[in-house]
This record gives sequence, C-alpha cells and structure tokens, in this order.
Amino acid sequence: MLTDLQAQLRQAHAMSVPVRIVGAGSKQGWHAPQQGEALHVGSHVGIIDYAPAERVISARAGTRLAEIQAVLASQGQMLAAEPPDFGGHATLGGALATGWSGPRRPWAGAMRDQLLGVEILNGQGELMRFGGRVMKNVAGFDLTRLMVGANGTLGLITEAHLKVLPLPEVETVRVFELPQADAIALANRLCAAPWPLSGAAWQGGLLRIRLSGNAAAVATAQQQLGGEPDVERHWFARLQAMQLDSFAPPGAEQGLWRLSLPQTCPPLLADYPQLIDWAGGRRWLSAPLDAAHAINTSARSAGGHALLQRSQAGWPTAPRNPTLLALEARIRRALDPRQILNRRQGD
Amino acid sequence: MSEAFLSALRHTLPAEALVLDVERLRAFECDALSAYRALPMAVALPGSEEDVIAVLQLAHAHRIPVVARGAGTGLSGGATPTAGCLLLGMSRMRRLLYLDPLARYARVQPGVRNQAISEAAGHYGLYYAPDPSSQIACTIGGNVAENAGGIHCLKYGLTVHNLLGLRAVTMEGELLELGGTLDCNGYDLLALLTGSEGLLAVVTEVTVRLLPKPQLARVILASFAEVGHAADAVAQLVGSGATPAALEMMDGATVRAVEDFLHAGYPTDVAALLLCEADGTPEEVEADIVQMSRVLRAAGACELRVSDSEAERQQLWAGRKAAFPAAAKLAPDYYCMDGSIPRAAVGRVLAGITSLSAQYGLACINVFHAGDGNLHPLILFDANRAGELARAEQFGTDIAALCVSEGGAITGEHGVGIEKLDGMCAQFNAAELGQFSAIKAAFDPLGLLNPGKLIPTLHRCAEYGRMHVHRGQLPHPELPRF
Repeated sequence: MLTDLQAQLRQAHAMSVPVRIVGAGSKQGWHAPQQGEALHVGSHVGIIDYAPAERVISARAGTRLAEIQAVLASQGQMLAAEPPDFGGHATLGGALATGWSGPRRPWAGAMRDQLLGVEILNGQGELMRFGGRVMKNVAGFDLTRLMVGANGTLGLITEAHLKVLPLPEVETVRVFELPQADAIALANRLCAAPWPLSGAAWQGGLLRIRLSGNAAAVATAQQQLGGEPDVERHWFARLQAMQLDSFAPPGAEQGLWRLSLPQTCPPLLADYPQLIDWAGGRRWLSAPLDAAHAINTSARSAGGHALLQRSQAGWPTAPRNPTLLALEARIRRALDPRQILNRRQGD
Repeated sequence: MSEAFLSALRHTLPAEALVLDVERLRAFECDALSAYRALPMAVALPGSEEDVIAVLQLAHAHRIPVVARGAGTGLSGGATPTAGCLLLGMSRMRRLLYLDPLARYARVQPGVRNQAISEAAGHYGLYYAPDPSSQIACTIGGNVAENAGGIHCLKYGLTVHNLLGLRAVTMEGELLELGGTLDCNGYDLLALLTGSEGLLAVVTEVTVRLLPKPQLARVILASFAEVGHAADAVAQLVGSGATPAALEMMDGATVRAVEDFLHAGYPTDVAALLLCEADGTPEEVEADIVQMSRVLRAAGACELRVSDSEAERQQLWAGRKAAFPAAAKLAPDYYCMDGSIPRAAVGRVLAGITSLSAQYGLACINVFHAGDGNLHPLILFDANRAGELARAEQFGTDIAALCVSEGGAITGEHGVGIEKLDGMCAQFNAAELGQFSAIKAAFDPLGLLNPGKLIPTLHRCAEYGRMHVHRGQLPHPELPRF
C-alpha cells in the first residue's frame, strides 16, 4: 500500500499532475475543493503499535479516529486534543492534516501538541521520517508539527506517533446563565485560577464549564463554583463531534466561520449567532457570505483571524500578510517543488 | 568587504551597541560548549526590533554571516560564532512589554530571562512553565531557538507547547508575525521556528502562555536497591492514571556524589533514587501521592519520603539540582550526553551504558529526566591521560547509537548546534537531511544565518557529542545544571 502511494506520487511529480489526498472524505463541505486525481489513503490502515504504559500510539494515516479512540478508551486513555471524528468516519491522517482540536485544547494542548513523529511522502514521493516515539526530540527542524494543519499541501502523512493521556477519573459540567460578555469574562477568570478545567463554552445564554480530574477534586471545585447541572446530556461530546445545531450546513448564501481570537476578546459581531468555545478563543459564527469582508476585518483588528469553514456558494479567502504568504509558498516548494499536492481549485 | 560593512554598521547602531575590540569580543567567542571557540568580526547589540531589521538587512547586503546569541548558556554550540561573523547579542532587548493576567499571557523581548517571566507573573498567581536548569540566566529568545525543556515538561510541555506568538526577522530583514491565538492561520511556522536553533530567523518578541500556579506541590523521594527496579517504576508511573509533575532519577554513584557535595540528606546505600512530584488541587495531590506511592512500593522501592512542607520539598530537590556540580568533583573531566528514549527502554539503556562503561574502562553516572525518557549520562574521564578523551568520545558515540537503536533521539533538549552534527547522520538519512536544507533555503537562500549548525553536510558521519568540563570548570559555574 505504501509503495503504491509512493509510486503514484512519484509519477504525479514526474508528470507535474496535481493530486488531491482523500482519506474517508468525512470533511467534504468543510473546505474548498481541490484539484487533481484522488490519491486514496483510506485503505492504508492499522494501529501499528500501542503501549499504554508508554502513553504512545502509532497508526497508519487511514486508520479511523473512532477506532483509535475506542482502543485508547479500553485502556483508560484518550487523545487529549479531542479531534472531531465526523460521525466515526474521520481518519487520523485527515485529523492531522486539518489540525482541528476539540474543547479540551486550551488545557491539554492542540492536535499538533500530541504529535510526536510522522512518516510522510513529500511532493516528490520521497519517504521520510521526522520525530519519533519519544517525548522530547529536538534533532532537526520540527517538520513533524509543521505537517499539522498544512491540509496535505506539504506532504502526505502516511503514519503518525501520538502522545496520549489518561482519561480523567470524573468529568462533570456546570451551567451558568450569562450573557456573552459576562460568560467570556467569567470563563477567563476561572482559567486564571488553578481549577481542574477541561472545557468552557457558551451558546444561547448558557456558559458551560467542564471539570475533569479525580472525584474529590472535581467535587470540591463543583461545590465552590456553583452553577447548575447540565440538563442537556453529552453536550460537550456533541460539541467535540461538531454535531450541535450550530454546525449544520448553512443555507444558500450563508457561511459558517471559525473565528480565532484572543480568549478575552469581548463579544465580536454579536448580531450574528455564535457558539463560543475555548473560553473565547474560538467562536463559530453564522452569517451571510457577503459579510465576509466585515468578519475578516473585525477578527483581524481584534488580534485574530477568521476562516470560512462551511459554504455552499464559493470560498472567498481572507487576505493575509504578503510576507508570510510568500514565505509559505517557498516552504511549500521546499517540500513539494511542483505543488502537486492538494492544490485548491482555481489556484 | 568587512571594512565597508563595519563602517556602515557604525552608521546603523550607536557606538555603545557595538563591540569591535578583540579583548571584549573574547566574551562572545563561545557559549556553554566552551571547547569550541571562534572570534566574531564584531558584536552588535540591538536595542529594538528596528535595529535588528536594519542590521540584518545590512549584513545581508554585504553577505556577512550572522549568529544570534541570548545569554550564551546553550550546551550544544548553537551560539558559537562562525569565524568572521557578526554576532547579534540580544541581551539589551530585555523588556517585559505587556502582561495580561486575565488573558494569561506575557509579551516579552527575547533577552528577558526565563525566570524573570515567572517572577513577574507570580504577582498574579501565574507562572511560565518551562524551567530549564539555567533558567535564572537563560533568555526566552534562546529557549525558543532551542525549544528548551526542563524538569516539569513531563506534565506541562516544552517551550513549543507554551508559546502563543512570535515576532521574528529573517536574514533578509523581513518581519514575520506568527501566532497570537490558539488556532493557526496558515502553516504552523511558530512550531517550525521553535527549536530551529537560530537558522531560520532572529526572534524579536515572544508571547508566552502563563499558567495558574498549582495550589500545592509535594514530592516523593523513593530509594531502590536495584537500578532496574527504579527503571520499572518509571515505566509503571507513566502508565498509571496519574501524571507526575516531574519524575527524575539519580543512580547510586550520583547520589553519593551529591551527598558528599551538599549533604542533602539522601540515603546513600542505594542503587538509584527517584524524585516524583505531584501538583494540583490539594485533593488531586493527595490522591496522586497515594497512587504514586503504591506504584513505587510495588516496583520495589525500599524507602519512601514524602515532603510535608514547601521547605522540605525544596530540600529534597536541592540534591538533584546540585548533581552536575557534584559530578564535576568526581573526575577531572566529564562529557554530558542528551539522549532521548522511550520510557520502557530506560532499564535496558542504563544496563547497556553499564556494560559500555566496563568495556571502555570509564565511569559513567546517570542523573536525568526519567519521566520524559531524557537521559543525561555523564562520562567521567581525565583528558590529561593519553587516549582517555578519545575513549570517552567513542563511549558517548555508542550511547547515542544505543538511544537511536531504541527508537530514540540524539538530543532531547540541548539541541544539535555544532556538537551533535555527526549524530544527525545517525538519526536522519540523506533525503531527510536534504529536506532540512531545503527548509533552510526557503528562509535564508544565501545560508547566512547561523551557518554550519544543525544540518550536517552529507560527508560527515562519524562520532559525536560532548559538553567538555575540565577540572570542574563548568562554563557558567554559577548555574545549576540538571
């Protein structure tokens, strides 16, 4: 399988033909369409090694996240970044390529923080390994973490080694009825104190605070924080899986944006419906596509950025710093000289 | 060429920001890898980001190589000057620009000391987690360049995990503004720059994440009659539900050296000691101490001591922190290695080091970040005895090879610099090394920024690895090394 993938990439490189990397296709509709022949990674599957005592798991890129999470859970462990599994279909390779992390990210780290090593095929079909299965490794440039969030444009991830963490003994949610501004302020005040937090999200006038840890610590925190129990069951699980109503496909001429902002940023574009995660650091916003300019400008002037994440009518890109764009183009050519990997349609 | 450059440099920076006379240049001829020295052509001490941009543009126009330097505490020669280079000393850029206690971050200039950040944040009950042993002196800019670790990275991560944003200037003088939020826009260049050892850009501003200080921390001192039992305990602790805030190991020879040096109160008739720390809320700490104690006893610990006060915790750590200076008393010279291995391999690799020690006829003591699998074997030798230096170097090469053969890395936290260039050949193949060169060229096509570091040319693949300490003369003897 690996040699097939390598042969296909070598040939595509030789002929300068674009290829688009396809895992399970679970995120179709969540990104702009790409050019070229499909390169199917979905059957390059399997957990290669899992040593619970080492807190490291290694798997091929086509392995379903759901399978990995189930195997980890059977040993009382988890992928602490909580990547969304898109109804159980998402693959490990796709989760790394997009780099999306779930509600636990501000406390347990992002997807890239859990990645210890990768095997990749670059745009010339060269097989390379960076990082490894050890916790600390500063040998060479960190091409391992660079792969996360690169959307497959720097190489095809074929195998990955991930750090895992123990599942918390207890998890509970407390709910506070608060307007957006007060919710952001309270969530950040809690973040600035040593509470056993693992989630802080606001939607529809309710701030949900998730507590994780051992039973005694969570019980004490719950008592001191107050709030109400959550009547909605598995709300954080649905947030992680991106199955809340906020994530539904937008209507025609509508878009779903992901705003990445400083966590303490006061309510921004509050006229549009929002789901706030990461104690304010990530905000999902539904708005008409023609509001793109206003959204990008607001996010940038607040010290963050906006990305259009779902749309049925085009994928306008936000303007970015030209110095960084030029540098990124050079980095891309360093790994994929003919830019055959996951080129956007129209590029 | 250099005369024209120096003349232009004098017009760019004020006289007090330039070092040109040989006597004062000597202070910059090496970092803590003091066996390697070279005189820079000049030292520029920029006071601002604008200065950095102007100096780099000038050096680029004149094709002058540039090496950036923080406090010079690095152990792998990352800041060793290239002969005739311009050394960029970042020590004057040491202002803490902004600290937001609610948003929990600080924006600082690169010359700010690591510990100064935690001191400033401490007023708000916050701290900066990465704690390399040189933290009282090392700068945050150097920490970013090396992706510095420390004792507490088992639970709180390395430098890369604790950064929110960077400003950096490329060799061509272009300003890069990276990060700022918990999500990335475009490629994760913040991660790529972290640990790039000053080859890609010069960091001019760092935004660090601050964490709330844990309510409580307690440490367990566990003694073992067999090294293997201590190694097993490490693997079992990592595999258990509790994550130690720190998990350090010292072998018997180190413990006895520390006791002679400091009288820390450690038991000396042991084969190994573990220091295992728990932090968090009082309830978490209590539960973790119970669980960790159970695991340690089951693994064969003969004695456990648990700190009951902050003073006692500090006292138990004092011996660990004195291990390097204590080791310096054992022999005229030592080499410090920096191998990284899976935790399950700690016992095997320590046994392998013991047999290598017998084979080479040189003592080697071990004191290290066991919970991370990051070894720091100290090979003891006497450079004045014929052949002993070469034997020690070969011994080190074998240890590094042993780490790589266990799926590990030639450096866990000290960096490659010039010290481990040969080891890079053991770790990576030609395609991978070529990829590093291509990345370097994407940032610095002329190869002027910190040349000759990190990426070996393909023809050098021999032995590697040493921090050479002669007659106890540690570079920066005032710093703890652990």
